[in-house]
Amino acid sequence: MRLTITEKILAAHAGTAAVQPGEFVRCALDFVLGNDITAPLAINEFVKMGAAAVFDRERIGLIPDHSTPNKDIKAAQLVKQMREFARAHGITNYFEVGRMGVEHALLPEQGLVVPGDCIIGADSHTCTYGALGAFSTGVGSTDLAAAMALGETWFRVPESMLFHFFGPLRPWVSGKDLILYTIGKIGVDGARYRAMEFRGEAITALGMADRMAICNMAIEAGGKNGIIAPDAVTRAYVDGRAARPYTFYASDADARYAATFEWDCRAIEPQVSFPFLPSNTKSISEAAALDVAIHQSIVGSCTNGRIEDLRVTAAILTGRTVHPDVRMIIIPATQEVWKAAVREGLMEIFVDAGAAVSTPTCGPCLGGHMGILAEGERAVATTNRNFVGRMGHPKSEVYLASPAIAAASAILGRLGSPDEVGVTPEEFTGFCARLA
Amino acid sequence: MALRGHVLRYGDHIDTDVIIPARYLNTTDPAELAKHCMEDAEDDFIGRVRPGDFIVAGENFGCGSSREHAPIAIKACGVSAVVAKSFARIFFRNAINVGLPILESPEAAEAAANGDELEIDLTTGVIRNLTRGASYQAQAFPGFLRDIIDAGGLVPYVQRQLAAR
Repeated sequence: MRLTITEKILAAHAGTAAVQPGEFVRCALDFVLGNDITAPLAINEFVKMGAAAVFDRERIGLIPDHSTPNKDIKAAQLVKQMREFARAHGITNYFEVGRMGVEHALLPEQGLVVPGDCIIGADSHTCTYGALGAFSTGVGSTDLAAAMALGETWFRVPESMLFHFFGPLRPWVSGKDLILYTIGKIGVDGARYRAMEFRGEAITALGMADRMAICNMAIEAGGKNGIIAPDAVTRAYVDGRAARPYTFYASDADARYAATFEWDCRAIEPQVSFPFLPSNTKSISEAAALDVAIHQSIVGSCTNGRIEDLRVTAAILTGRTVHPDVRMIIIPATQEVWKAAVREGLMEIFVDAGAAVSTPTCGPCLGGHMGILAEGERAVATTNRNFVGRMGHPKSEVYLASPAIAAASAILGRLGSPDEVGVTPEEFTGFCARLA
Repeated sequence: MALRGHVLRYGDHIDTDVIIPARYLNTTDPAELAKHCMEDAEDDFIGRVRPGDFIVAGENFGCGSSREHAPIAIKACGVSAVVAKSFARIFFRNAINVGLPILESPEAAEAAANGDELEIDLTTGVIRNLTRGASYQAQAFPGFLRDIIDAGGLVPYVQRQLAAR
């Protein structure tokens, strides 16, 4: 049939055997979601549409994660509106503070999004679930409103781009580094309107947290979705979580791609995206040579707030302390991640190192709360955007990196690698072995 | 319908954080959002924009966050249309859904400078730069999107669909 995984999922949800790039299709949706910034607008539009009921009260996720715990009165009003809408319509997947998590970490963890799904979310990082082998993309609030009413939406079938990563990963290189590298190569509109399909031995070797970090940032290259064909790693993650039956799709051997990239991971170092675009990447050795002093280090977000991210952070912070000029803020992405971090003893390591640990929230990533930057301040962050004013003052700066680089930089007080603080990859392996 | 106004010119990759910073996303009120439109571009957009004006930008306008507050804020400022070399896909959908006219024309965007006077016919997609005496044809919308635009946005379009069920 010469179809990509993206085309197959869209065809299945459009009720047709095949679709072509450029074609407009109406697709049934398996799950739709919104957060405390986007859902209130969607609720207003839903009411204007005259919809009496939601299409399926179990397939809508309303997650107050951006400004929660409520940062101010206006934010509290928006969350209240969302809560009341969820109650009025009997929406089962409303997640209150204390049971909540950052949406794109929470939904896969809870098994609410599964392989083969067609999903839209009123949040641009909805593309994260491509890591499960789902078609998943971000939309705005009015599209969410229509989807809540109809249970379907329209798509223009995207052309697909194939990113093939071969060779072993170098020390400290994570999924985050591979996606920053990709964006650095193709630019912030290099995949505009397109599907980004990732494969290769380096991808196969990655766990789900790394795969989610990769698909999460497809939007930062302008991509419609990021996707990785599901395999044994996916199955191990999904089994025991999936709330619904799931389907594994894979691209045909002769599927057509608008572009194909082959990258040798032996040449890829940990990456840092300099202000003010995610595509403004440098290798960590180039970045370290520039002696960029930092004032804040953030580990968290829908990109890198999972337990695996916290483990590497803890391994590097063990027996070391955060630089006197740095505020380090660690934000487990969900309550489950929080609990695991306690159980594994990571919390004690963080506190001993002089880091603050927050309840789950998107908070600082979008300059909402919980770590806003003043004029002239610089942060290294495991988040996904470094636009002007993203984390606070328009004259502050965000440097995007992996948890390993964020942790090492927090200790050094400047951008740098774990090697510079004297941590070896073997120590990290040993640290993880002790946890197990 | 012909629109007439002046150009407020921007470059490539104008992201939605610049269009409306997240610190103002604790409201959905268009008038409130309009007060902070393009604030972080630090070029006094709010002081300069006049009702009917056009934002003209380079590649990938509206990239980043899915916040629909971005086209809402632009529309509430009185901007009558955005012309760009290209649009980021979520912004493109959002603009159509909320009824903010957008036109994709690399040539018109390339030639326009701050303060140029444009006349835009939304029905034909013809952009006339009156200052420079040049005329451009914007890309036509696919028929499917034309239906949503002609209905007046996604809300009335869905209203019709629901009524037909």
